[in-house]
Parts: sequence; C-alpha cells; structure tokens
Amino acid sequence: MSAAAHTDSFLERAPLLARDFITGRLPEPARWTANTLITIALLLAAFGLLFAFLTLAERKILGRVQNRPGPNRTGWFGLLQPFADGVKMLTKEDLVPRASDQVLHYLAPVALLSLSIITFAVIPYGRHMVPVDLDAGVLYFFAAGSATELSIFMAGWASHNKYALLAAMRALAQLISYELPLLLSVVPVVLAAGTLSTSGIVDAQHGWAWGVVPRWNVFTPWGAAGFAIFFVSSLAESNRSPFDLPEAESELIAGHLTEYSGFKYALFFMAEYFGMCALSGMGVTLFLGGWRSPLAALEFIPSYGWFTLKLLALLGCFIWIRATLPRLRIDQLTRLAWKFLVPLALVNLGMAAFWALSAGWAGPLQLARWAVALAIVAVPFLLLGRRLSRGVAPRTYRYA
Amino acid sequence: MNAVLAVIALVTVASAAVALSRRNLLHSILILAGSWAGVAVFYFWAGSQFLAFAQVLVYLGAISMAALFAVLLTRHSRDDVAGASSHQRAVYAILTGIAVAAVLLAAVARTPLTVRPSAPPPLSVRELGYTLMGSHAAALLVVGVLLTVALIGAVVLAAGDPPDPKEGEP
Amino acid sequence: MLGIGLLQGLAVTARNFLGSFHGRSRYVTTEYPEERTQLPEAYRNFPFLVTESPEDPMGTLRCVACQICEKECPPQCIYIVKSRDKKPDATGKMQLYPAVFDIDTAVCMSCQICVEVCPFDAIKMDQVFEIAATDRFSGLLLNRNTLAKPNSYFHSLHPTDAAEVDGRLAAARKAAEEKARAAAAAKAAAAAKPQTPAAQSAQAPKPSPPAA
Repeated sequence: MSAAAHTDSFLERAPLLARDFITGRLPEPARWTANTLITIALLLAAFGLLFAFLTLAERKILGRVQNRPGPNRTGWFGLLQPFADGVKMLTKEDLVPRASDQVLHYLAPVALLSLSIITFAVIPYGRHMVPVDLDAGVLYFFAAGSATELSIFMAGWASHNKYALLAAMRALAQLISYELPLLLSVVPVVLAAGTLSTSGIVDAQHGWAWGVVPRWNVFTPWGAAGFAIFFVSSLAESNRSPFDLPEAESELIAGHLTEYSGFKYALFFMAEYFGMCALSGMGVTLFLGGWRSPLAALEFIPSYGWFTLKLLALLGCFIWIRATLPRLRIDQLTRLAWKFLVPLALVNLGMAAFWALSAGWAGPLQLARWAVALAIVAVPFLLLGRRLSRGVAPRTYRYA
Repeated sequence: MNAVLAVIALVTVASAAVALSRRNLLHSILILAGSWAGVAVFYFWAGSQFLAFAQVLVYLGAISMAALFAVLLTRHSRDDVAGASSHQRAVYAILTGIAVAAVLLAAVARTPLTVRPSAPPPLSVRELGYTLMGSHAAALLVVGVLLTVALIGAVVLAAGDPPDPKEGEP
Repeated sequence: MLGIGLLQGLAVTARNFLGSFHGRSRYVTTEYPEERTQLPEAYRNFPFLVTESPEDPMGTLRCVACQICEKECPPQCIYIVKSRDKKPDATGKMQLYPAVFDIDTAVCMSCQICVEVCPFDAIKMDQVFEIAATDRFSGLLLNRNTLAKPNSYFHSLHPTDAAEVDGRLAAARKAAEEKARAAAAAKAAAAAKPQTPAAQSAQAPKPSPPAA
C-alpha cells in the first residue's frame, strides 16, 4: 500500500489512515513489518469471510434457481451455515490410508492453499491498495497459479488409490490445457497497457470514451473477446462447473480428493474458492477497469467499494453458470480448450495488434476499425464452432 | 546480503542433493521442484523479477508436470519407480561427482570475479522486451520455430495411427 | 448463432431466480413444520374408532366387537377382546362392545380394508403421521382410548364421507323407529278389536307368525 494523495475523499483514505494510525504508534524499524503483517491479516480475514459467505451464497442462489430456499435453518436466512460447516469439517475424523505417502498426503492441501493465497498479493483492491506492487505482477499471478497444479498431482499420487491417481491426471490435463487460453487472453491487455504491473494496467484504463463509456478493456473488441475467453478459462482453472469433472460427485468418487476427509477436504475447497476469487479479482483488474467507477457521478463510492462490487458480480456469474450448465466430459473440455479457445485467443491477439496499430484512424474510420476488429474474431468463432459441433448439434429427438 | 545468498544456495543445492539420493523417482522429482524454486528465489534476490516468475511458471508449472507424466506413463508398477542401488554404483557416482566438482571449481576459481559495489542495472520488463525484440530478435524467432516444431512433433506422436476404415462400420 | 443456447439457458435460470422471490409458481417449498400442506380428503394413514359423543367416548363407540376387521386385516395388526356384558347402541339395541381394541401402527399398512368391511361404520381412516415414538414396540401400539375419536373429528377429516355415513345411519335409525311404531300400532289395534268367537279362537295361543 502506498501513501494516499490528499485530494481523495475521506472514505477513500479511511483504511490508509487507520493503518497509518496503528503503525505510527510503533518505532520506525518495525513499521514496514507491521504494515506487511496488517496487510496479510486483512487479506486473510477478508477473503476468509468472503469464502465462508460465498459458500452460503452459492447454496442459496442455487436453491432459488431450483425453486427452493437454500439453507435457512441455521440463523437468520442461514447466515450461520458456513460456521456450522466449519465446525463439522473440524470435528470429522481425519482418515489417512495406511499405504499412502504420509508426507505428500499432508503437504498437498498445504501447498495448494499457500500457493493460492499468495496470488492475492498483486491484485489492486483500491486506488492505493496493492499489497505488493510488482513490476511483473501479472506474470507472478499466473506463475503462482500454475504451481498449484503440482499439489493436485501430489494429492492424487499420495492417496495410493488408482482412481484418485487417474482423476488427478485428468484434473492436471484440464488445468494445463486451460492455462494456454488464460494466458493468451491476457497478452492483449499487457500489449495495450504496455506494462505487466497490475496497478499499471488499471491506470491505463482511465477516462471515458465519448464522455459516457468508460475506457475499460472489456469495451474494446479484443477486450470483449478476451474477457469471454478469460472467463471460460478461469471457470476451468478453478474447477468450477461446467468444468468440475475433477470434483464432481458422480465422477470417480471424489477425484483426487477421495482419500481426504475433515479439515484437509475443507482446505482443498478453500483453495478452490480462493482460486476463484483471485481469478475473478484478476479479471476485474485486467478487463473491467479494476477499482474504477463506471460513471464520473458515482465516484463518491470509494475505489475498494467498486472493486468489491465488480468482484461480487463476477462471482455471481460463476454461480449463475454453475446453476445453468451441465458438466463437460474430459474429452469435450480438452477439445474445447485446444481446438476452440486457443485458436480464438491467438486470433484475438492478432486483432489486438491490429487495434493497436490502427489507433490513429479517426472519424468514420472508427466504424471501419470496429467492424474489421469484430469480423476478425467473429468469423473464426462461427466457423470453428460450426466445424466442431458438426454432427453433434442441434439434437433431433426421435420418439418411439 | 551474503547470508541470504548462502541460505538460497544451501536450499537449492541441498534439495538437489536429496533429490538425487531418493530411491523413489517421484519423491526425487518433487524435491527437485524445491530446488527449482530455490533457483527462482535466487533470480528474485538478484533483481530480475521477470526471470524469477518465468522460472516458476515454466519449471514448477510445466516441466515438473512433464517429468511426472513421463515417470508415471513409463513405469508399470509402483515398486518399479524405486531404482536398485549397489555399492559399485555408489563408488562410480562419487568419483564422477568429484571430477565434475573439480572442473567446476577450477573454472570458477580461475575467472576474475571482482565484486564492485554498484547498483544493479534497471531490468524492468519493458527493457527486457525491447532487448528481446530488438537485438535478440533472431534468437527469439529461432526458439519460437524450435518450440513450434516440438509441439507439432508431440501432437503427431500423440495422435497415433489413423483409425482403420475397415473396422467399426456395420 | 453459436452460443445462443447458452444464453437462453442463462435467461431461464435468471427468470427462475428472480421469480422465486414473488409467486408460488417458482418457489414450491412449504417450510415444514411451520407451514403444512393441505392434505387431500382421501388421504389415509392409520385407522381410528368413531364415537358418537365426545363426553363418553367408551360408552358411545359404534364398534360392536364383531371382529370382522380383525379377521380381514392383512398384516393382522388389530387385536379385539369382546366384552362380557351388553349395552345399548345408538338405535337402542343391546350390543357387545370391545373391551380391548389394539392396533399396532408399526404393522398397519393403511390399506383401508378394515374400513371397507366394517358393517357399522365404526372404524374409519385417520390422517395422522406425526406419531413418532421413542419405543419401537409399545410406543406405536394404540389402544381404544387413543383410537377413539368423535364423529365431529370424522366430519373434519372426511366431510363427504361423514355426511354420507350420517345420512345412512339416520335413515336406518328412522326406519327402525318407523318399524317399531308400526309394530306397536298393529299390536294396539289388534288388542283394541271386539272379542268374537272366531277372533277368540284366533287369539288362542298358536305359533307366532314370522317376524315382520
């Protein structure tokens, strides 16, 4: 976190003032450590609570979509449900198979969770609220995210269960396949912003086009397509429906989590939800303008408030998609990644290059620029889609 | 400064040594991943963030996976993963190790490494990008072609034989 | 266009989500036990014995311990012990009554055969399902005290059936009364006639005519 500018509103500066108040009472050498510790504690508390209430929100929203209330017995509207679940997870017996690799079995959820949590460090939560402002922040985020895949393998291998191992292999294949479209959809953003730093990318999305439309990346042709690809890939990277083959109840028992019970199981789910929150946070930062407000009139809402709203909206979309779409098979999802998303992401990159090169076109040429850009991505989308779904869709049902 | 470097070096070399001594191949690979992480921390300490994160992304995220898949797909049973050891092998290993260490130490000792207290050059990602695309563009393109050829080769190998048109049709 | 199906699906779920906050069509849960659904009239679960008046349940049971239901019950969950003495029933006739009438609801399968075969409309189907007990054997064995429920309760459960039964029983009672009155009137008329020798000889003891 950096120092606040004095021109910001009080709400904007309030968290920083509070932090300075606390660290100001400590001697000078301890200030940086205290600052870091406060940041860490706040992040863990905030995302821990978000995780807890996200599980409840998911169950309630899924219930409402399915014409039933979600949990509403524990506390008002089921608000104590996450804590009841926590108690349940803590008090369950922790079974470890005797033939399993004890060290790896123990380390897998630990490694997964720690690597998922460190990705939170580079997301700008507010105007002056980046925990660590790295020059290569985006790369750091995806590097830490890709290192989590090793722990999934560890979980599957250490269980000494051939079904868990097979499922871990499938989960690994899914995660590796979707890394490519994820990273490729981010490259145009870096291209446009000229920096890998996350706060730099949010800074580059300032201003309003034609006075009304904010200059967020999602309102450009390459940003819209890139956001769609990023969104689908982040669904797959966090093992969410419709890509939740690794953890689905009807698939290979529980996949690589089969031999985990009690708190370790809870840690795996915590890591999954943290991954979801981190990827949503990164999506907000890269494509939706980060902490920027969409209208100049609404800037009285502080920047961290806007970030939270956008994050919750994306998480709501995750839950909405879970409520709607059926699960994909492993061959369907790998085919989607390699044959559909990767070519489209590459085409998107080319279109972003065209967009950057044609920045000088003005006046009526702007329309031509938009038309060409949209055509560059829409034509392969339609053609590839038609080609890949030939013989599969639309389904005709013949009744006996 | 030197203490930090010593710790990083110790972790890296020690995990590599432990990885080599393990009998279980998968344990070796996972401990070696720790060594690669140590190298990444070294790059970070030396001031190159980009290289550190690229090291994590490539080695811990991809190469470890490749090594694990290679071991799992080529071993028939769990017991096959551990290798057989023998006394003779240990002797030869130690001799070879001593020879390689001697060569490396001689090379390092002969090179004049004067340490000047100067600020590290600014190595932002932007500079890196300009250098790669500017003076080293040819190398970058060659590496790109190499990777593409490797990818195509992998796909061809993995695709297997085309299905026999005679079977499967009623 | 490609992808339209996905968006239509998302629209359907969104409509369900928003519709579940107003309107019963998209929110079909009844939150038991605070709310209960209205059971249909023909719903049945375990029998009960009908009594005419709630003040004296044991004295006004319609059941006359004929034991037909005990014999017809497929899982044999009814146990009846006849009384030694008789007491008058609703029409005034002296009838037996059940000293012991037990139904084991753990065994009863609610098939309604006992109701169908009862000639006295004494046993009818109840609609209770919240009689969970802590003891597997005696907790679910209902005796005649717990089984006896008044006719007003029967009306509240099965209005049409109860109305029909009441009508039938009232008609039977009226017919019995009519017959008794007609027999009394015929007897009185025969007693009031003048005594002719033919009538006197006709009045001599002779085998009684068959009952009317």
